[in-house]
Amino acid sequence: MKKYLQLFLIFAKIGAVTFGGGYAMLPILQRELVENRHWVTDEELADYFAIGQCTPGVIAVNTATFIGSKLYGIPGGIVATIGVVFPSIIIITVIALFLSNFAHLAAVKHAFNGIRACVTILIADSVVKLGKKSLVDYRCVIIFLIVLAISMFTSVSPVFLVLFAGLAGFIVCPRKRYDPNGSTPAEAKASFSGGVSAEKTEQAADRKGDVK
Amino acid sequence: MTLVLRLIYEFFKTGLFSIGGGLATLPFLYAMSRSTGWFTTSDIADMIAISESTPGPLGVNMATYVGFLTLGVFGGVVSTLALVAPSIIVILIIAKILDKFKESAATKKIFYGLRPASTALITSAGLGVAKLSLLRESLFQETGLISSLFNWKCIILAAVCLAVYKKFNLHPVIVIAGAACAGILFAM
Repeated sequence: MKKYLQLFLIFAKIGAVTFGGGYAMLPILQRELVENRHWVTDEELADYFAIGQCTPGVIAVNTATFIGSKLYGIPGGIVATIGVVFPSIIIITVIALFLSNFAHLAAVKHAFNGIRACVTILIADSVVKLGKKSLVDYRCVIIFLIVLAISMFTSVSPVFLVLFAGLAGFIVCPRKRYDPNGSTPAEAKASFSGGVSAEKTEQAADRKGDVK
Repeated sequence: MTLVLRLIYEFFKTGLFSIGGGLATLPFLYAMSRSTGWFTTSDIADMIAISESTPGPLGVNMATYVGFLTLGVFGGVVSTLALVAPSIIVILIIAKILDKFKESAATKKIFYGLRPASTALITSAGLGVAKLSLLRESLFQETGLISSLFNWKCIILAAVCLAVYKKFNLHPVIVIAGAACAGILFAM
């Protein structure tokens, strides 16, 4: 029970300070879950964000469900998600009750201009950390630049960009990235059932080497 | 009772079909406004302003707000849960599948491409926030002066945040709180 309460509180904290869209939660996730608790890795966070882009719902919620379920299964996913939306429910209810002109208050505007400047920095810092882990070779850098350019200068849906990148990764990924020496022959065979025959032979040769 | 079910239905539908971030919920909200009359389009505009100045995604905030308008606090909670329910279901299924196939070569190859894309999308979103925060495009277009393009107060604050954040390795939440105070103090 205590672990669920802890999970709830962490995600409530994240939900309470996620200004400026789901991406702003990244710096806090990195600090709380990657650096302090080692519950997930930077790579996994990148995976969750990518999947969150092309599944229904908002990124913050999708990421929370993912991390919660990775830690404690289905109940974990539900608890983390309720945690992340909990502050929004409270804040919006209070605003709806008392402060109908909340967004027009001068102090609120000033505070949020300050927060936005700060979030810029936090996201930049997260991007650098994430980039170090995800841009492992020049192929990745090319995918990164293509997706960045398209998402900045066109209004193509991120859904298509994620699908494109997944396909690109499938095609260009070099062998050492998906076939470490530890992989068993059965796995290697299964993964190549639809592959090119030349690759298959190469794979088989490699496997013999491993057995030796 | 039927109103509760209607709320759940409308927000479940919105949650299920709005793919790719908070703004994707907007078309559904406009459609809901027309078909139910629960709120007006100017309520939506207000809500966008409020969402920009409160934590939490627009979709979630809107669900809470509309639910509250129709059925009070209870309505707010029910609508929000209905909105996130499809995400929870879909993600739990995907997580299960991923767990099973995470060691397969195909999964690794796909993620090899997904990670740079994810980083790129976050970079793009970050640059969007930076443009909004650190530059004053409308003022620049009016005056045409390069000096009016930069929002110096915000740039200085950002630089201070960076220095403090890196030097003292502060928790991001503390830096955000500090920046909010600085924003009020210096009327940014």
